[in-house]
Amino acid sequence: MELMTPLFAILCPIIAAPLILLSKRHPNIREGWTIVASVAMFALVLSMAPKILSGEVIECIFFQTIFEGIDFGFKIDAFGLIFAITSSSLWILVSLYSIGYMRALNEHAQTRFFFYFCIALVGAIGVAFSGNLLTFFIFFEILTVSTYPLVIHEQTPEALSGGHKYFAYLLTGGCFFLFAIMMTYYLTGTTDLTPGGISALGSASRMILIVMFFCFLLAFMKAAWMPFHSWLPTAMVAPTPVSALLHAVAVVKAGVFGIVRIVCYVYGVDLMHELGLWLVLAGIAAFTMIVGSFFAIAQDNLKKRLAYSTISQLSYIILGAAFLTSNGIKGAMLHIPFHGFMKITLFMCAGAIMVATGKKNISEMAGIGRQIPVTMLAFSITALGMCGIPPVCGFISKIYLCFGAWSLDQYGIIFLAIILISSLLDVIYFFPIIYTAFFREPEGERSGTGEGKIKEAPIFMLVPLTITAIFSIIFFIHPNTLFIFDLVNTAIAELGPLFGGI
Amino acid sequence: MIPIEHFPVLIIAISLLSAFTILLAGWVNRKSCCLITIATITFQFILSIFILRHVLTVGTIRYWLGGWRPPWGIEYVVDALNAFVLVVILFLSLLVAIYSKRNVEQEIEAKKLPTFYSIFQLLVTGLCGIIVTGDMFNLFVFLEIASITAYALIAVAGGRALKASYNYLIMGSLGACFYMIGVGYLYSVTGTLNMADLRILLPPLYANRAVQAAFVFFVIGVSIKAYVFPLHTWQPDAYTYAPSTVSALIASTMSKVMIYALIRLIYSVFTLDFIRSYMGLDLVICWVAAMAIIAGSIFAITQRNLKRMLAYSSVSQIGYIILGVGLSPLSIWGLYGAVAHILNHAVMKGCLFLAAGAFIHKEGLWNIRDFEGLGKKMPYASAAFTIAAISMIGIPPAAGFASKLFLILASLEASQYPFVAILLLSTLLNLVYFWRVIDRMYFVGHGHGHEEATDGGESESELPLSMLVPMLILAALCIILGIFWLTELPLPLFYEILSDLGVSGGVTL
Repeated sequence: MELMTPLFAILCPIIAAPLILLSKRHPNIREGWTIVASVAMFALVLSMAPKILSGEVIECIFFQTIFEGIDFGFKIDAFGLIFAITSSSLWILVSLYSIGYMRALNEHAQTRFFFYFCIALVGAIGVAFSGNLLTFFIFFEILTVSTYPLVIHEQTPEALSGGHKYFAYLLTGGCFFLFAIMMTYYLTGTTDLTPGGISALGSASRMILIVMFFCFLLAFMKAAWMPFHSWLPTAMVAPTPVSALLHAVAVVKAGVFGIVRIVCYVYGVDLMHELGLWLVLAGIAAFTMIVGSFFAIAQDNLKKRLAYSTISQLSYIILGAAFLTSNGIKGAMLHIPFHGFMKITLFMCAGAIMVATGKKNISEMAGIGRQIPVTMLAFSITALGMCGIPPVCGFISKIYLCFGAWSLDQYGIIFLAIILISSLLDVIYFFPIIYTAFFREPEGERSGTGEGKIKEAPIFMLVPLTITAIFSIIFFIHPNTLFIFDLVNTAIAELGPLFGGI
Repeated sequence: MIPIEHFPVLIIAISLLSAFTILLAGWVNRKSCCLITIATITFQFILSIFILRHVLTVGTIRYWLGGWRPPWGIEYVVDALNAFVLVVILFLSLLVAIYSKRNVEQEIEAKKLPTFYSIFQLLVTGLCGIIVTGDMFNLFVFLEIASITAYALIAVAGGRALKASYNYLIMGSLGACFYMIGVGYLYSVTGTLNMADLRILLPPLYANRAVQAAFVFFVIGVSIKAYVFPLHTWQPDAYTYAPSTVSALIASTMSKVMIYALIRLIYSVFTLDFIRSYMGLDLVICWVAAMAIIAGSIFAITQRNLKRMLAYSSVSQIGYIILGVGLSPLSIWGLYGAVAHILNHAVMKGCLFLAAGAFIHKEGLWNIRDFEGLGKKMPYASAAFTIAAISMIGIPPAAGFASKLFLILASLEASQYPFVAILLLSTLLNLVYFWRVIDRMYFVGHGHGHEEATDGGESESELPLSMLVPMLILAALCIILGIFWLTELPLPLFYEILSDLGVSGGVTL
């Protein structure tokens, strides 16, 4: 029974998807399926936590593939479960939010929207559960393809070109991924994700390993590391719930999740260190953190600014993994759910602002803090969290990253400085928004008539973003909410000896 | 109960008889022609399944025509490879025949129907004949039957199809001629036409110029018929202007049978030792295939006519199969890839051509630019097209993904890294030309309408069921096969094929 839990969990969205299509004429029933599936999936995912925490691994093999040594199946370990919990819990909230958003804006093709949302979740959960790279790849591609109709939802020429760019980047990445996977298999005869790395990989030639590592990196263009980030701001043409899904739940997180998997579960920390690849990865991440923040400062469109903020924040996760120290990896793993909760709040706020006031640009937002206080309060809390200011959970992951950088034997100070500078830059691009919203007087003439009209967004949108904002604080007070902290510790323990000690 | 050893000849004989019966029955009742064709092919299909089962459990079937012993008489040999191809071909022919019923009524004058189905059945006969025969000259006879009927079927559409058919006739005859010259050379050297016999007699003669020339003539001759790039020039016109049913039938079956003939010649007549004795011969084949893959895709990108685009896509996909064949001396995964892709491509291309035919049938649309909103007008046909297209691109878990995996692994094992790059590049090119169509069908143009308001009850009358069901079966197969190839289930078939073809078998990696 317990062995089948992952199967049941992934079956929730798989079964819900056709039901959504069938009930397209009854919007309430249709959305009902989404909610039921998301809650059921979350419960199933969470029910696996105690077993995982006791140090076991849940293996659920469907069949042995034609490639000797590769099974098609799930293997749920602590790290995978963190991602699964993040995605499935946020899916419930995003679903609620989408209902409010889509209905408030009277969007077209809502059935298609909810259908592909469901499929995207299949991809995300599949990625989290995969026990080997081939399974990982299959769900990774499902995720890419299923998010395309979501990105181009508006079907304007702008949306289509954004979608094409999105596809071009991510499927090219997929090609590199496939090559790297088959190469791994050819070299080692296995593609299992093994804590501490696939040991047989160590005997391959240095040259091939380095080339392969770059192929893996290119495969995870989903992580939007620079200079392969430009699909992400372009994909902002999508409706806001999709942006929230892309940024916080599924797509980019699958990318960084993959990078951590490659670093810790395919190459292994020793090999990464020996080949000097950690420095390359850390360099890329540091570059992205700083430059991404600068780009963010320059944006006036709120969603675009948040997009660049995501680019920058994702690299915190990459950086933490690249440190190869236990605190660094812990910070990286913590930042996946924490950043998820915070970023999704920010995006949901951006959507709520748009629905409530119709404003997309930060410069127009003067005074809206008094018009829609709940939304802006949630926004402010999580913006603080993004900057790493207590009492919001961003502080915890960042402090671990700082410890991780500190325990490096070389370049530690440099990376510590970069983290701190980047956090400062976060402050620079988030505070003007808060300041504009709360303290700037609205532009003269329209304020009298405008204030009467502008109300908070519909309750369906307001509740999820309040919940995620509250969770961002709860995670600070009690990091073990949803078992996150324990799971991270279990995952770190599984990885075996790491650099830097505890 | 007839012993299964007789089934190969039964498949041919019944088909041949039925072809003439159709002509006679057509005088009485034109409607009966299609039904007789469907019934015959169904029967053939059932026989072929028995043959496959027998071959996999008991072993190769050898049938001596008229009881004459092989070197003198004609022998039919069915081993795992041709039993497999036979099942594939008959299955697709069956689906196309079912599909043709309503489509042909629209595209072809009623008085031509009996002849059409008679020739259709003859084409199937020819294809089956090529597959089951174990005799070089007999293969030529069936090759000609299949080719001549194909010329006729394409020309049925009239107009520009006549010119396309004529081009095909010229090129096809050239190919047949080359093949015949090859047979002549081999016969002059060895004095036998039986494949198994040739296999034994040839090895000492590998250095003989006539034998070498024969090999080249064979390969080029069959390559013309299988439109291997750059010998594909007749094919795009023929596929574009032929009636939809015929395009689907020829695209999904004819080229596969020709590729089968090529594999049979290379492995069963000449053996791998011959290939290996000429350094780099396999790589030449690989590079030709690589050119086909890239060039076919690039041509496909420039097309506006959907059927023409699919035709060029076939050029590219045949390249996949040839690449698999070329890599097979270096890695068994090459042969796996080729065999798997014979089935995958037949299913995918069949589905795509059937869908393209359906678009023409219902809406009269052939230009990709006009496809706006098709996803709502014909939801099932568009969905089938989309699934097959995704499979062609090679996105998991569809069938094309499995072939791609096999071929990539083969290239890695053979240490031929450029081909990995070419396969992956081809994925992206496929994406470009197929996604353009999908975008048009679903996403371009109709902006903020309300779906709930617009799609009222059109889906019921979309297409006649006899056209829709074959398409949907093929679309479902695209996914099912994708999973099937990844499991261990096809391994017994692969092992059997490897041991039959005399490739060092069984062990992977």
